[in-house]
Amino acid sequence: MKKKSRKNIPSRYILIGLTVVFLCAIFITYKFDISSGPVNTITGYVFVPIQKGINNIGSWLYNRTEGFKDLQTVVKENEALQEKINELTAQNSTLQLEHYEYLRLLELLNLNEKYSDYNKVAARITGKEPGNWFNTFTIDKGTNDGLKVDMNVIAGSGLVGIISDVGPNWAKVRSIIDDSSNVSAMDLNTTDLCIVAGDLKSMTSSQTILFQDMSDSDGNSAVGDQVVTSNISSKFLPGLLIGYISSIKKDGNNLTVSGEITPVVDFEHLEEVLVITKLKE
Amino acid sequence: MIKRYVSAGIGVIILFLLQSTLFQSLSLAGISPNLLIIITSAVGFMRGKKEGMFTGILAGALIDIFYCDVFGINALIYMYIGYINGIFRKNFLPEDVRLPLLLIGASDLIYCGGVFALRFLLRSKMDLSFYLMNIIIPELVYTVLVSIILYRLIYFISTKLDKLERRRPRKFV
Repeated sequence: MKKKSRKNIPSRYILIGLTVVFLCAIFITYKFDISSGPVNTITGYVFVPIQKGINNIGSWLYNRTEGFKDLQTVVKENEALQEKINELTAQNSTLQLEHYEYLRLLELLNLNEKYSDYNKVAARITGKEPGNWFNTFTIDKGTNDGLKVDMNVIAGSGLVGIISDVGPNWAKVRSIIDDSSNVSAMDLNTTDLCIVAGDLKSMTSSQTILFQDMSDSDGNSAVGDQVVTSNISSKFLPGLLIGYISSIKKDGNNLTVSGEITPVVDFEHLEEVLVITKLKE
Repeated sequence: MIKRYVSAGIGVIILFLLQSTLFQSLSLAGISPNLLIIITSAVGFMRGKKEGMFTGILAGALIDIFYCDVFGINALIYMYIGYINGIFRKNFLPEDVRLPLLLIGASDLIYCGGVFALRFLLRSKMDLSFYLMNIIIPELVYTVLVSIILYRLIYFISTKLDKLERRRPRKFV
């Protein structure tokens, strides 16, 4: 009854064979930095649309619940306003609103001026790394939209990461908080150079990333200094804001300092990013 | 036989998609459960080494392609997890939920240990106790909790496929 076919190869031989294959694959992709072209194309067209769909459902649900919350707060606010309606004038509230909008627009203008020299492509995040160890994610734009490996990714006010692999309709982004990420950076106040390294440990314990080897012998760098990407970085465009120094300590050699940086981007709630389509030469 | 591989493959793809999108938003304190470990382990101890290996390779390869710089690391770790779980097929009793949960928990530990050894220790980041307390144990607990539900689902699908397969040969005789 039972068919006895080619399935008779003992599974441990398959295991050993495949182990060798994967070890070779690890070695080759690590050593030669090949991006797996055709695989990227096929998987991209299969997975990206589905991920987009799931994300759309997710954000729809999120907006629904948020809308419901909004309604509740509006009702409460309305009650409060009814009581206070004689005390407050309508004019005052309009002025407040306008002032808020003015501040917001001012901020936007400021931001746009900062990064306006570069052409940008807006992209949506389709999926995040499934494990808890690394911080890479995929976006829904690829070579079809002119993206290339090593393009810088920003969001709102600061640097998010860099494209590490690209398919026709998707790209893989390694964020600056990823444990294997290293960015050449500069303290904007003192123009001292340093290396900003993502670190899982400091990220989980205090939501910060590390900076190392800042040659600050005079001790001018202070907590709160802006840290931006440096001019000498080979892959990152200069002047992109990374974050603010949140703690400094002197290294054992008494020449360099290191410490922690609080990134300006809220990585937890990131949904859309901008890709700068200019590569650093 | 083919149907089994196909359904395991579809299961992996669905869980991969869910885990990279929805479950990242459902993360508790930045930790999300590892669904791919659950299905790799479950297929392993329900169906044996070969199917476990196949499931593991598919799951690992997907992670490698989309989220990893180097191809093969996750595929390798997941393949071994599928294989090791396959060894316990003869000990598997569907009524007893303890062994499956134990195996899934152990698989998650192996996975975390593998990631730590291959991708952190080699870059001289060796604070194991920190990672253990803040990443590994929360992930383990969350994964085992989710697997209580997911294991039933996978087992249900597996028994359905069993019935389909048993019915088939009779038709041809």
